[in-house]
Amino acid sequence: MRPAFSVIFLTTLCGAAQGLMLALVATEAIARAMRIDVPPAFYITGAALAVVLGALGLFASFFHLGHPERAWRAIAMWRTSWLSRECIALPVFLAFAAAYGAAHWAGDGGTLVIGALGAAASIGLFVCTAMIYACLRFLQEWASPFTFVNFALLGCASGCTLATACAAWLAPSLVGALALCACALTLAGCATRLASLARNARLKPKSTVQSATGIRQAKVEQNSRGFTASAFNTREFFHGQSGEMLRVVKIGFVVAAFAVPFMLTGAGALAPRSVAAALALCAAFVIQYAGLLAERWFFFADAQHPQNIVTMFVN
Amino acid sequence: MTQMALVIDLNVCVGCHACVTSCKEWNTSGEAGSLTDVRPYEDDPSGTFFNRVQTYEAGVFPMTDTIHFPKSCLHCEDPPCVPVCPTGASYKRKSDGIVLVDYDKCIGCKYCAWACPYGARELDEGRKEMTKCTLCADRIDNEALPERDRKPACVLACPTSARIFGDIHDPQSEVSRAIRERGGYPLMPEWDTKPSNHYLPRVKTESSCGCGKTGGCGSADASADASFEARFERGEIDLAALAAQR
Repeated sequence: MRPAFSVIFLTTLCGAAQGLMLALVATEAIARAMRIDVPPAFYITGAALAVVLGALGLFASFFHLGHPERAWRAIAMWRTSWLSRECIALPVFLAFAAAYGAAHWAGDGGTLVIGALGAAASIGLFVCTAMIYACLRFLQEWASPFTFVNFALLGCASGCTLATACAAWLAPSLVGALALCACALTLAGCATRLASLARNARLKPKSTVQSATGIRQAKVEQNSRGFTASAFNTREFFHGQSGEMLRVVKIGFVVAAFAVPFMLTGAGALAPRSVAAALALCAAFVIQYAGLLAERWFFFADAQHPQNIVTMFVN
Repeated sequence: MTQMALVIDLNVCVGCHACVTSCKEWNTSGEAGSLTDVRPYEDDPSGTFFNRVQTYEAGVFPMTDTIHFPKSCLHCEDPPCVPVCPTGASYKRKSDGIVLVDYDKCIGCKYCAWACPYGARELDEGRKEMTKCTLCADRIDNEALPERDRKPACVLACPTSARIFGDIHDPQSEVSRAIRERGGYPLMPEWDTKPSNHYLPRVKTESSCGCGKTGGCGSADASADASFEARFERGEIDLAALAAQR
């Protein structure tokens, strides 16, 4: 598939916002249970960041549309379409994240209830986003539980890294614990993403040129795809990059999304109250986010659409 | 329930692209708006077509078949492109099973094109709306047209009658008979989309009078000339087989 940058930004920005929201709510629940005092500025700033990232993701998604002025229609088919469900779940998530920050701002006692609802909306949005891809059964690279696991874990990892960076500035006592969680989530995300790469590398395409044309001979070659220049079908379903470029991006995202942030977050946790640690944690988030952009680009480029069998490969 | 569809006879399609041009001509002139052509006279033209004819070579030289293969929306009975549409712009018409796009509701998100394993949908570059074969929905029920013209433009244009149009749920229809009697098959059955359009496979055509090998009717024992030219004239020399031996 051709990676669409609007969708890459939508899924990575919202993923980080959702992960951040989950990290905030989990922190508040545990801090309350253990009677640890956390300054409200941490929650307010965190919630504000989640809203900004989510809103930027929503904004990016409009660039994917041919007719953005009709985007409101996309909530209509929530009974059948995961895309429609995502279009509902995203504003709901943003509303809860904003309400969570506002409740902390106002010093309201019900923050944990709003937070729990926000966390549920966040998980719901992960399900909707992942199912958009996982429900397309003939895109075999996507039609797997790994799609959901990776979207959720990578979102949580980047969100938790961002929460750690926030804590370094606003609540240094939490840095150690949050950094540990961020490292664990990054490691888990790395493990499942590598597992999905291994799965996809072993996939055998179900469709062949024989099944796509019904011509039974063992050797069937396309002499003409019916047009000489380019068309929607030659552009939309192929990334247009060399195999070498794909390998570079793959190695790049493993390094930038997992290895470097893991080390920077770990290093930041060793000296939680220093400025250097705060800068290292901020750098960890920025590098991890850049790595996740590459990861999402690869996610799209890696998927082999069966229509390429009959459109792309001319002698 | 009615399910209109095309049955395409690969045995007689000659790859002339008349179905492609007649489709473009009818559908670019229709009430839905034109089908955009971008840079039509430059090096890299691009445009929207609902129907394209591909060409395949099957088998190993010299025993190859050249097969022209028209490809358009298959109007699946279980179309994967319809439930994924977030706005309801993509729908399957209940009255005749044709899969259509309500262009005014389309937001151009391209999700339906991703969800079609056949690559049958094209986003119009000018209108930014998803377009696809409508089986000429504005022709087949159009009472302003004479009854014999109430068929898709491609069907009327085909010079070899390689395209048959009808209701595949009516066992007595011409399409159902063709599918039944001539081994009509759907494309990519592995995805269980139940395409309505079917293709009739290539079959070896035997001469009706049983004398195809000797060059002409009644000429089987007309000459006993054993020279190379005479044997070639009688069709006994297989040039392709000789070429393969070298």
